[in-house]
Amino acid sequence: MGITRRQFFGWMGAAVGSQAAFASQAKAAATNHFTGHPGSFGVLHDISRCIGCRKCEAACNQVNKLPAPEIPFDDRAVLGQIRRPRAEAYTVVNQFKPKNKPAAVFVKTQCNHCLEPACVSACFVKALTKSKTGAVVYDASLCVGCRYCMIACPFDIPAYEYDNPFTPEITKCTLCQPRIEKNQRPGCVDACPQEALTFGAREDLIKIAGQRIDKYPDRYEKHIYGEHEMGGCNWLYIANAPFTDLNMREDLGITPAPALTSGALAAVPVVVSLWVVFINGLRAISKRKEQIAEEEKIQAVNAAVETEKGRFNLEIKQIKEKARTEKEAAVEKEVKKALEAAAQTLNEIKPAQTTEPVKNAETLLPEKQENT
Amino acid sequence: MEHPAPAPPASAIRQNTVFTPFNIISGTIIIIGCVLTVLRFTKGIGAMTNLNDTNPWGIWIGFDLLCGVALAAGGYVTCAACYIFGFKHFRCAVRPAVLTAFLGYGLVVFALSYDVGRPWRLPYPIFLSQGTSSILFEVALCVFLYLNVLMLEFSPAAFEWLNWKYARYIIGKVSMVLVIFGIILSTLHQSSLGALFLLVPSKVHPLWLSGYLPVYFFISSIFAGMSMVIFEHSLVERFLHHKLDLEHEVESNNVAMGFAKSAAFLMMGYIMIQLIGIAMDNDWKYLFTRWGLWYLVEIVGFVGLPAILFAIGFREQNIKLIQMAAWWTVLGIVLNRLNISLIAFNWQLPLAQRYFPSWMEIMTTLFIVTIGVVAFKIIVTLMPVLYAHPDFPDDH
Repeated sequence: MGITRRQFFGWMGAAVGSQAAFASQAKAAATNHFTGHPGSFGVLHDISRCIGCRKCEAACNQVNKLPAPEIPFDDRAVLGQIRRPRAEAYTVVNQFKPKNKPAAVFVKTQCNHCLEPACVSACFVKALTKSKTGAVVYDASLCVGCRYCMIACPFDIPAYEYDNPFTPEITKCTLCQPRIEKNQRPGCVDACPQEALTFGAREDLIKIAGQRIDKYPDRYEKHIYGEHEMGGCNWLYIANAPFTDLNMREDLGITPAPALTSGALAAVPVVVSLWVVFINGLRAISKRKEQIAEEEKIQAVNAAVETEKGRFNLEIKQIKEKARTEKEAAVEKEVKKALEAAAQTLNEIKPAQTTEPVKNAETLLPEKQENT
Repeated sequence: MEHPAPAPPASAIRQNTVFTPFNIISGTIIIIGCVLTVLRFTKGIGAMTNLNDTNPWGIWIGFDLLCGVALAAGGYVTCAACYIFGFKHFRCAVRPAVLTAFLGYGLVVFALSYDVGRPWRLPYPIFLSQGTSSILFEVALCVFLYLNVLMLEFSPAAFEWLNWKYARYIIGKVSMVLVIFGIILSTLHQSSLGALFLLVPSKVHPLWLSGYLPVYFFISSIFAGMSMVIFEHSLVERFLHHKLDLEHEVESNNVAMGFAKSAAFLMMGYIMIQLIGIAMDNDWKYLFTRWGLWYLVEIVGFVGLPAILFAIGFREQNIKLIQMAAWWTVLGIVLNRLNISLIAFNWQLPLAQRYFPSWMEIMTTLFIVTIGVVAFKIIVTLMPVLYAHPDFPDDH
């Protein structure tokens, strides 16, 4: 193949350039520990203070203009079964009865607004974004409705309007982003009569949570849920019971979701670059093999022709030789015959008077027949 | 090359009526499918499916997308074998495999338009707002590009049928570029479909979840593609035999032998890397649970056994055995994709919160598969797929 030096360097430059562009991204995801946008907001949920009054649910319903529920918010009967956030309710309060606790424990569930959210990294149209305020914001005008964000969320938060045939949307807590922008606190925080919800800067909330745990070590579990889970969340929890007993998974690890797929994404440009080389290489190898096979065939044919030619020449030579010797023999014989014939005629002429030569001729006859 | 011999009289008689068993069954399924389509686009996904907030993906993703793409891998695998690895006698398998891949990917996109909430926005990730941090974006981009590549790769058959000699000539000039592009795109999105689940280590059972998932998906797609080519040919031989010309009939068995041998090796290699994945994450303890048993059913029963059958089939040159192994492997791929996306997904949840498809979901999937089979039958009847076109004898 004809490649000019200029072409070669051009290709190399393009390859290295694209690698650098992708590699820097992958590295950024892998090594930098992102601790949240500075000053971003969050909510600390002190589970030990929650009494399960569901006023936060009612406030959320009102603020987000959601449809009125079948069972009113002051009916505590719904606490009988575990619920999850859904299209009509961005937040729910569940009741748990841990083994060694005399009283029920209530937990409010909603979007945790992760620092590096799985849903954001999963969205293939950037319909979900992480705002500088801390909120994970959803833009319905871009959403295709693939629901990979719902698959991706380790907390099972995003819900979908399955019964809406034309404009279904993903639904989830917005951290009341529109209210935050107006310097208001989220609806649920304002509605809580127990101060079980504290709104503020995430850094401050971590401090407050730590202070409460330090002050009442017997009351609280020594774990601020959301500080490190999945790389950290803007929504934090402290509790008077093990989180696992409250349906909050403690096995999620501290790896932020984007890091889970950054390796696979980083492999893309490498595969593209190397596959071009490998595929063309393989093709070149199989082509070369064909070429070599072809050359070998031609060589073999030539060699065969040569040997055949040699054998042919040898045979011709031998045949010629044979023909020559035969010819000579024949000539000799003919000469001999002629001589004999001449001798016979001589004999016939010389003693024509005697009968002896006739006898001679008779004895000669069978010999002649054998020769022929 | 002779044009295929006329159909035997028995089937000629049957062809006089449209009410053949095939037409009745496929027609019924398609009519039901049309009704379900109306339902889907007037009442919404919720009215038809058992999907819910905890189980947002069902068989329309687990089967239609994941299995559809894996089983359409025959296209790139056959092209690679024929044009890159230089197995020239695989040429006769290229067109049927490319057609299957083209239909497969087309139907994947078709099926997605049922599954996603607003299918008319499916071009958004490519043209409007690119979510480059998402594995799904990579899948979308590759599938979109590859669908176009497959269309171009199949177009020679259509051009020959239409007798557009110039277009046929032009497309022949770029065929090698298309083949290489197709292999790269396939490598990327076949593996990315596995990488989709790297994001949810908390939801997929550890035996199925591994950092090697992209590699598993890629390698398994290769032998899935090979098995589909063999399996599909066994169907063609049985039901569309009159469309095959001599070269296709003779060479197809050689293709099956070649693919059987390579699939046997690949599947054994696949089992090895599965073991390495388990060792890597130290998941041995799970092998002795019920999930472990189910995992072993998949790996031993649906990869190991068919691999051995492929090997025996090749050694004894037994085409029937190879076809059986191919069918078995295809089932194994379906099982694997369903395991990862549905069965071993959300495995910690109590049974009441788990997903099982509704009959309408299953029927819709059946409807989509039927469209594929009918389209394949129509196209191979019209176009030179299973035989060389008399006017373009050597242009395959």
